[in-house]
Amino acid sequence: MFGWLEQLADGLVYQVFKLDANDHLAEALHFFIYDSIKIILLLILVIFFMGLVNSFFPVERVKNYLTSHNLFGFEYLFASLFGVVTPFCSCSSVPLFIGFVRGGISLGVTFTFLITSPLVNEVAIGLFIGLFGIKTTLIYVSTGILLGTISGFILQKLKLESLLTPWVQDLMKEDRNLDNHFLPVKISFSKRLKSIFKEALIIIKGVLPFVIIGIAMGSFMHGYIPEGFFETYLQKDNWFAVPIATLLAVPMYSNASGMLPVLQVLVSKGVPLGTAIAFMMGVVGLSLPEAMLLKKVMSFKLIAIFFSVVSICIIISGYLFNIFL
Amino acid sequence: MNDIKILGTGCAKCLAMTQVVEVVLNENNIEATVEKVEDIVKIMNFNVMSTPALVVNGTIAIKGKVPTKEEVLEVLNR
Repeated sequence: MFGWLEQLADGLVYQVFKLDANDHLAEALHFFIYDSIKIILLLILVIFFMGLVNSFFPVERVKNYLTSHNLFGFEYLFASLFGVVTPFCSCSSVPLFIGFVRGGISLGVTFTFLITSPLVNEVAIGLFIGLFGIKTTLIYVSTGILLGTISGFILQKLKLESLLTPWVQDLMKEDRNLDNHFLPVKISFSKRLKSIFKEALIIIKGVLPFVIIGIAMGSFMHGYIPEGFFETYLQKDNWFAVPIATLLAVPMYSNASGMLPVLQVLVSKGVPLGTAIAFMMGVVGLSLPEAMLLKKVMSFKLIAIFFSVVSICIIISGYLFNIFL
Repeated sequence: MNDIKILGTGCAKCLAMTQVVEVVLNENNIEATVEKVEDIVKIMNFNVMSTPALVVNGTIAIKGKVPTKEEVLEVLNR
């Protein structure tokens, strides 16, 4: 599929820049040209496609679906699947949280949505396909969905409603069928496509600097760090590697876009994939700024429980990846 | 005179919406009071789940995305 790109990168590096194939610089440059073009193309495709899906599943519709259907225990899985196709801006996490619990959706199902949505997003999927291939992408997406489902289920069982801040508890007692006073702008399908494409380009523009910096760092490491370099420190049978990677990741704040190109190189230099993915999920899924936002609706204790349950699930999936891949 | 409120806690998308609205108002000489609502408790009173949201004369018109100029104009003209 990307043979033409390989030729293009070959042509540029070996013929236009006249670099020697055994040179570190040539290796790094080739990696950079090939990877950045491939990833940008995939990102445009995936983000546009997800935008299209999302235009049919806005959060309001997700909420209405979850409140009006009895899903016999499958509501966690559904919330998780919706979390994948419904991206939201991180500053929307509080309104979204309140909208869900006020709509009568249980706390556990709401958590499920909040966990999966940032973890498995369109940018991460695009990058995963480009860097690790379809198979690993599928494993990553299904792990993310399972992680959200299981964490939400556990959090529900812990009965944590009393740990919400008082004003949220008051809101939950309010009438659940509040009138929305929403009058949407009617637009035709072709206009909708246009605006989805525009939105996709805005997202690409936003993440592009991080992707390029990530790929540049990755290229440098690819060209200059010897193969198997990390194997000495982070072997599969080093049981501490996964929890350490996860705990290091939580206070870091970044999106998947800058992380993944670096991750790919770490993996090719000997870091086990499960350890790397646990690190990525820790960075993307849990962060201190997110905790600050959630402070408005949850007590400190609830945030701590939430973060702990999710961290434990991430660590477990990291181990599973290492065992099965 | 339109009464416009922009609901958002201050992220990039919320700022982008404010800019689009201001441009539309200036380009079309529309008179309006523009208020930015950043307090989350006040935002919740409007019962929106995704920010930024545009409220025109008490009705939520756009939510969860940065609108185009045409969309804002259409909302203001109805």
